[in-house]
Amino acid sequence: MAQAARPSIASSQLLTREQAKALADRVLAMSTAEQTRVAIASTWSGNTRFADASITTSGGVTNTSLTVTVAIGKRQASSTTNVLDDAALKRTVDLAIQLARLSPEDPELLPELGPQTYQTVNAFVEATADLDPEARASAVRRTVAAATAAGKPAGQIFTAGYLEANARAVAVATSNGLFAYHRSTDADYSVTARTPDGTGSGWAHSGARDWNAIDAAAVGRIAAQKAVASRNPQTIDPGLYTAVLEPQAVNDLIPLLGNALAARNADEGRSPFSKAGGGNRIGEKVADERVTLYSDPMDRGLLGLPFDNQGLPIGRTVWIEKGILKNLAYTRFWAQKQGKVPTGNALAGGLALTGGTKSTEEIIAGCTRGILVTHFFYIRALDPRTVLQTGLTRDGAFLIENGKITRALKNFRWNESPLLMLNRLEDIGRAEPVEAGRLMPALRVRDFNFTSLSDAV
Amino acid sequence: MSPTRRDFIKATTSTAAVLAVGPNLDIALAAAPQTLPAPAADAAVIDLANEALNAARGAGASYADVRIGRYRRQSVATRERQVSGVTDSESYGLGVRTLVNGCWGFAATSVMTRAGAQAAALEAIVMSRAARAVQARKVELAPVKPVTGTWITPVVRDPIEVPIEDKIALLLAANEAALKVKDVRFVNSSIAALREVKTLVTSEGTNVTQTMIRVGPDFAATAIGTGDFQSFEEELAPRGSGWEYVESLNMPGNAERWASLAAEKLTAQSVQAGQYDLILEPTNLWLTIHESIGHPTELDRAIGEEANYAGTSFVAPPEKVIGQLQYGPPIMNIQADRTQDGSLSRVAWDDEGVPADQWLIVEKGMFKDYQTTREQVARIQKLTGVTRSHGCSYAESWNAVQFQRMPNISLLPGDKDLGVNDIVAATERGILIRHTGSWSIDHQRYNFQFSGQAFFEVRNGKIVGMLRDVAYQANTPVFWRSMDMIGGKSSYWLGGAFNDGKGEPSQSNSVSHGCVPARFKNVTILNTARSS
Repeated sequence: MAQAARPSIASSQLLTREQAKALADRVLAMSTAEQTRVAIASTWSGNTRFADASITTSGGVTNTSLTVTVAIGKRQASSTTNVLDDAALKRTVDLAIQLARLSPEDPELLPELGPQTYQTVNAFVEATADLDPEARASAVRRTVAAATAAGKPAGQIFTAGYLEANARAVAVATSNGLFAYHRSTDADYSVTARTPDGTGSGWAHSGARDWNAIDAAAVGRIAAQKAVASRNPQTIDPGLYTAVLEPQAVNDLIPLLGNALAARNADEGRSPFSKAGGGNRIGEKVADERVTLYSDPMDRGLLGLPFDNQGLPIGRTVWIEKGILKNLAYTRFWAQKQGKVPTGNALAGGLALTGGTKSTEEIIAGCTRGILVTHFFYIRALDPRTVLQTGLTRDGAFLIENGKITRALKNFRWNESPLLMLNRLEDIGRAEPVEAGRLMPALRVRDFNFTSLSDAV
Repeated sequence: MSPTRRDFIKATTSTAAVLAVGPNLDIALAAAPQTLPAPAADAAVIDLANEALNAARGAGASYADVRIGRYRRQSVATRERQVSGVTDSESYGLGVRTLVNGCWGFAATSVMTRAGAQAAALEAIVMSRAARAVQARKVELAPVKPVTGTWITPVVRDPIEVPIEDKIALLLAANEAALKVKDVRFVNSSIAALREVKTLVTSEGTNVTQTMIRVGPDFAATAIGTGDFQSFEEELAPRGSGWEYVESLNMPGNAERWASLAAEKLTAQSVQAGQYDLILEPTNLWLTIHESIGHPTELDRAIGEEANYAGTSFVAPPEKVIGQLQYGPPIMNIQADRTQDGSLSRVAWDDEGVPADQWLIVEKGMFKDYQTTREQVARIQKLTGVTRSHGCSYAESWNAVQFQRMPNISLLPGDKDLGVNDIVAATERGILIRHTGSWSIDHQRYNFQFSGQAFFEVRNGKIVGMLRDVAYQANTPVFWRSMDMIGGKSSYWLGGAFNDGKGEPSQSNSVSHGCVPARFKNVTILNTARSS
């Protein structure tokens, strides 16, 4: 790909490493607290939204916000501003100090970190940072044209969608000499197509750090094909069915394990990874033996954050390896208390579920009778003891019979746990990019609990 | 500059001193505590707004509006006997919206200089022009009379100005009381406060500055049993109110009673799934109203503009439902209202300068009207006869574009002054649900499943015991048509949420919902426990 001749829109507006360092140093110099941490987020975002063949809104936003966290003894507080003149910065520092003085002692507070070594993660792509309003409008035009063509069998297809490009630079600095800086981009494009008779709806999505990895026409075409195929859905009784979850549907569920992965919740008896009688279940089998779940900012498919909001380096953390719970997330305090190595907010390094090699089509082909799910909607937690959730299928549920999609089905409400589900796997596909920082496979799950029917299309 | 709190106290004190010669002053002051005056915009803010407006007009905008916002948010969170977080944030910036050839553009910046304001205006124009590439319909705005003025949420005490140590002391006192309860090991409590100063200047001559104040307390306790844990979260409604509202909740005095419900849940009986008559207290029903009436009656959803995210609506198309869709029984009256005292979406003008409105969404069970902004009026004007916008335009921040958001939407009380006890007494076999738990509803707002915090079995007109693992699942029109008893005026309560999401990029809206207790016949109750 050719290099951009000029700096991208975003890269000319984001703080550079030197500018971020200078800003952080200015703030650190203003603080009289014993410990000070400065976190900076410099962001650009460009978006375009459309419905019914018209762009309804588009926007461009630039902003830089700065959070000062100070500690006086064991008392800590923070204050944030996006007004960056000296007077406002001083006011923000002073407010944080004032708030800290008023706060009771936090026995769990640790000193700020000193200098750290970070891995370099190249997550910034100029093509994404340069996606201007004309380029976005042109992508929308390609999408609508492709959707209109693919939707022809159903008549005049209705399309609505949203395209967003983000670029950000984040930095953390402490009064103990730590400085961390990282730049990243991401683009996200989703499209919904609806048939004119109101009985069919399809959806497609693509997300990546690199805008060039997103095929705008394909997103429109797939959404429209799904809409056409999902017309006149038929009713089958709710119940336990084998479900084939497309990678996007898996991505709706697996990240919900995040809270349960906190070591403290597990050790304190508030997680499915708590051991009866105390402690946690590290070393125990918690999922099918094909399942591996990990976070790793250096993974080429993830390119996540190389440090967390305290400046702690994020490395590779394997949560589940071949079905065995290997690690939980340890904050610095909890790690020290339990004699473990802190992982910090390791989930910020991305999330990947691996274990298979098949495509979604092959997973479908291996299914005797089941329900294919495009994606899920309105997922809410029901029971933290099992990570049980409720939600609905959306934009394309289909019956699979003898390895083939045979009819469109009405949407279902379901009650299911992403953790318990990983113990009922019939098959697992190859991990595919579903959005920036996420790799998820298709899954075939036995006895997925579809509880009631929804009239929604 | 606006007067500071101290100036204000000084002013009222001296006024009181002057008036003290009068005979009944003490009584008068006690009866009506003085609320804060509405600040005007700084001259510099108006200058920047005009700079952006002129740049937009100069570049060809047929209409433009500029919003300058300064947001101050503070939150204090505690767990058990310690503070878990104190944060304070300030965000300041400018957003410009432009209309060129009937296409919207929007740009926002935190660079608050003349050059920054101009650049944002020109960027918005670029977007308006680029949008022509995909345009099937031109935007048309319903007329609105230009207005100038200031307004502030009526509060006696701005919660942001309350010393942080007072907030912490109140929360820790509540936690201490909760920890007295056997088996209660974890307690989380917090207070969030927001002050939003927003100036709107439009190319049509509107120039208004409003100060919105909101406060949201939270309290939850967790009890640990043998291989089990249960939580109870008290329903402390966020409000468009001052610190006086937080004090009125008496968190330290009530926390022990709240926490004891978490412990009680450990031994509650798991519900037997089946059909029951359902009695919902207002602390649960407000959210059901939000999801199953508030969202489906948003006009942008009905016409497909939210199809790719929040979804569409079963209350569509407008020509087939206005005056024709029987939403519920004749005792059902649903009112939208941005003027309601203490409510979260109360304003004097919306983000397009339209005066706050009050109107009926459902009258005697029949669907009557949607929620609208200026550009939506023409879509349904012929069906409703309403030629004004209902004033539902809102943006969460200076950096977000305004669009149609939900106003306060409430179930009006019934004619008979019944309370929840009267409804229980009239019920043979039912379940009573208190407070909100998990909630989920489909993208056309038909199939929903809601839970709660505490569940009670009702037999022959009496509460006979506590239940757990309860959720109710229904189809919206079937559910509302099954409502056969509602409470009266004195059982009305105003709930609400700080964080209602809609739009892309997603924006958060604060909205209140008032209601009375109500009974619904033969509702499906699920048992949500699952172990494998």
